[in-house]
Amino acid sequence: MFQVLAGLATGGIYASLALALVMIYQATHLVNFAQGEMAMFSTYIAWSLINAGMGFWPAFLLTVGIAFILGIFIERIVIRPVENAPVLVVVVVFIGLLVILNSVAGWIYTYTIKSFPSPFPAEPLFGIRYMSAHQLGAIGVTLVVLAVLYVFFRFTPVGLAMRAAAQNPVSSRLVGIRVGWMLALGWGLAAAVGAVAGMMIAPIVYLDPNMMSGILLYAFAAALLGGIDSPVGAVVGGFVVGVLENVLGAFVIGNELKLSVALVLIIGMLLVKPSGFFGKVHVTRV
Amino acid sequence: MALLEVGALSAFYGATPVLHGIGFTLQEGSITALLGANGAGKTTTLRALCAMVKTAGQIRFAGERIERRATEDIVRLGIAHVPDGRGTFANLTTEENLRLGAYTRRGRDAVQGDLERVYGYFPRLKERRSQQAGTLSGGEQQMLAVSRALMLRPRLMLLDEPSFGLAPLLVRELFGILQTVNRRDGVSMLLVEQNAAMALDLADHAYLLETGRVVLSGPAHDIRRDDAVRRSYLGY
Repeated sequence: MFQVLAGLATGGIYASLALALVMIYQATHLVNFAQGEMAMFSTYIAWSLINAGMGFWPAFLLTVGIAFILGIFIERIVIRPVENAPVLVVVVVFIGLLVILNSVAGWIYTYTIKSFPSPFPAEPLFGIRYMSAHQLGAIGVTLVVLAVLYVFFRFTPVGLAMRAAAQNPVSSRLVGIRVGWMLALGWGLAAAVGAVAGMMIAPIVYLDPNMMSGILLYAFAAALLGGIDSPVGAVVGGFVVGVLENVLGAFVIGNELKLSVALVLIIGMLLVKPSGFFGKVHVTRV
Repeated sequence: MALLEVGALSAFYGATPVLHGIGFTLQEGSITALLGANGAGKTTTLRALCAMVKTAGQIRFAGERIERRATEDIVRLGIAHVPDGRGTFANLTTEENLRLGAYTRRGRDAVQGDLERVYGYFPRLKERRSQQAGTLSGGEQQMLAVSRALMLRPRLMLLDEPSFGLAPLLVRELFGILQTVNRRDGVSMLLVEQNAAMALDLADHAYLLETGRVVLSGPAHDIRRDDAVRRSYLGY
């Protein structure tokens, strides 16, 4: 029971990151390998702000805002020029981005592991003893993020335009949508969601430039489990992966092999059901 | 007054020219038909007007040069394009498709009013308002494409084969609606049609394209009486 609940807490974080992956996938049809490093870098920004004396929540909100703007900048400056380039070129750009963000973080903040504060109290919330306050709080934050995104994409004109631009750029231009800006906005949102995930996971895994490499693998597994083109699938997949990881890690394979759960899931899904449980099967006529 | 003036317009797919310096004008409030066989350049002409292909030459809309503008800015001037292949947003609902048509407009109430108006024209769309647009039949998607264009409250509609895939009865109904929109709201239309007889019934003016050149133009009733047109395009 305890392991399931703990799994839900980390699962929520995987879900957020998986959702960020799906958002960029829907717009570009590519998986952003640098997603985790973008989140890591944002978390360092939050750490700097907090160390400069800012309270957690103001720093949190400011970091989300900064991540959003950085995401837009990255799309405009780095991704835009390779928009029509072959897939491999874009993948190389993603990997380059990953390496650059990782090294820059290491250069500025060094590779020493730092602790990152949790905004939630040390004693259990609401007398719930099965979960720490941070775990409960992380689930809460995740659910708020998901709800905000849902309302945004479902009920606002800009959200609708972003969905339209992702699935049919030509028709979108014909109704006057500035497709390029919608893609940039998608990157901004994905970066912001990733920043939230980073700040929620950092108190658990501690802060270092490589903190997200494992987390990103779980997020990949979550996205693939749900279907890389399905936001709902990514969220469900995130929670499932979180629980699986914790339960298997605690009772079956031990903590050392936990990461291999993600790899097994990734390879297994790709072999058995590449479209995921919620994704669409794409059939192409030849 | 000429709403649209096109001069020496060429269009290219890659380096291959498809239009060879065509020129035509469209009067404000008129319906002008663009006729021609497959491959004559009709669809390309409409795409060229919306900056969807590479062009050379002049396009003047309401006195303003627009040939260097981006597609999304041309739409904002009030030019709505019902594209070849309908351009449905397949994963969005019918109503979301329609709302996207009014994306550039402000004023919620007016948009809501127009939504009710197109539902009035096409009750079938109202029945299917919350259905994924990709699951609509071809004919319904064609109605959706026309309705989406109407949601812009355009000054000029570019219609690429609006009758495509519709049953004959529906074609007549659709053309009736287009005529209403034209007469009542003064929306000008540039109509591309394979169905030359119906197009000439609706249009005031027509241009005949052959392999990327204008070979004949005039009032619709004159074109209809032209022997060559009658034999080649009207089939009697």
